[in-house]
Amino acid sequence: MYDMKELYEAFSVEEAVKLRVEHPEAQVIAGGSDVLVQMREGKRAGKELISIYLVDELRGIRIDEEENIRIGSLTSFSHITKDPIIQKYINVLGEAVDQVGGPQIRNIGTIGGNTCNGVTSADSSSTLHAWEAVVELTGPEGVRRLPIKDFYIKAGTVDIREGEIQTAILIPKASYENTYGYYWKYAMRNAMDIATTGCSVNVRLSPDKKTIERARIAYGVAAPVPVRAPHAEAVANGAPVSEETVGKFALAVLEDINPRDSWRAGKAFRQHISVEMARRCLRASILRAGGAF
Amino acid sequence: MKDQYRLVEFNLNGKDVSCMVDCRASLTDMLRNDYRLTSVKKGCEVGECGACNVLIDGECFNSCIYLAVWARGKKIRTLESLLGPNGELSDIQQAFVDETAVQCGFCTPGFVMTAVEILESGKVYTDDELRKLLSGHLCRCTGYENILRAVKKTMYKRNGLEWKEDN
Repeated sequence: MYDMKELYEAFSVEEAVKLRVEHPEAQVIAGGSDVLVQMREGKRAGKELISIYLVDELRGIRIDEEENIRIGSLTSFSHITKDPIIQKYINVLGEAVDQVGGPQIRNIGTIGGNTCNGVTSADSSSTLHAWEAVVELTGPEGVRRLPIKDFYIKAGTVDIREGEIQTAILIPKASYENTYGYYWKYAMRNAMDIATTGCSVNVRLSPDKKTIERARIAYGVAAPVPVRAPHAEAVANGAPVSEETVGKFALAVLEDINPRDSWRAGKAFRQHISVEMARRCLRASILRAGGAF
Repeated sequence: MKDQYRLVEFNLNGKDVSCMVDCRASLTDMLRNDYRLTSVKKGCEVGECGACNVLIDGECFNSCIYLAVWARGKKIRTLESLLGPNGELSDIQQAFVDETAVQCGFCTPGFVMTAVEILESGKVYTDDELRKLLSGHLCRCTGYENILRAVKKTMYKRNGLEWKEDN
């Protein structure tokens, strides 16, 4: 038995918004692999919950009218990995979320929950930052969209306002078109572990595959929230595909990231692996985009 | 709390059932206490060990971190569903016996249900893929090798592939 004060169940977005307005103090629960564990630990014990897990309209992936890739917020990690649209346009997201926890966790865990937690180590978040995802929230006044970097306010806090729930994550066409990426998770174990640091890179090459037209990189656990590395991106944008570019790009990330000392790893170690991850991820992204060294 | 007990209708091991369940209960609580399905073990109760694993609509879930009320409309299968009419073991259970993939047995039902999902996919996986698919379970006795062999052997058999000792 879980120590909850009340459980409100929503079966549609409309009901969820209504419950959010009626019970502003209640905690929203999607898959529950964080909320229920924290409730068991005592951190969220005695709270009211609004369950949105059975709101099936929030599941699934499609290309919408504006040609965005639209991922319903309750889509599980395993369904993202298996989805043909994801595999075709943004395979790296499927690969990143395939490294969350273990198989059962990937069946219950949702991309909405992973982002609404506001946790820097979330395996989906660095890739969503690197691909400039847009977060869609639905509230009593209607739908609001904002870039994912503005959605994260500080560690554990995201921009969800009264009455709102997250309903989708969108990847705009300008972001995914002709773009290839790679994600690296550094952790102590292969399964059931949280990233010491995670790095997601993607590139778009010129038609002759000799020049990097656009490079984007984002980290988890390199700062209190997932962050891009604009200095490194500036180094790579417009630069020729070469080992030299990759090396300069990797070193430039140190100007952007600010990892901390924690029981998982020290700051110096995180900086060290961040450079190496940037190097490997950019190299792998270029190879996937058809470039050669 | 108002409406502490809620009506949940679902399909359990092939039978349509309904239950008035305490909304604070986990699926583990409901399966063990209301249906006496004690193959569903209470291990870590935080979704790490996989001892409470069951199949929901064909996918593996840790029932300890799954609310009982979320069973609504789902098809849920536990280890008990694998037995034949006279209590015969299924092929995957027999393989666990044959390969000594069991010592204390606490993790076994969870492992077997993950193996069922793997086997029912009809695919043939590499060792690395199998290890990853089985990675949501902790076993403190066997060292995992025998479990891997049991799953692999059954996978080979079901797919009509010849098993050799050095496979």
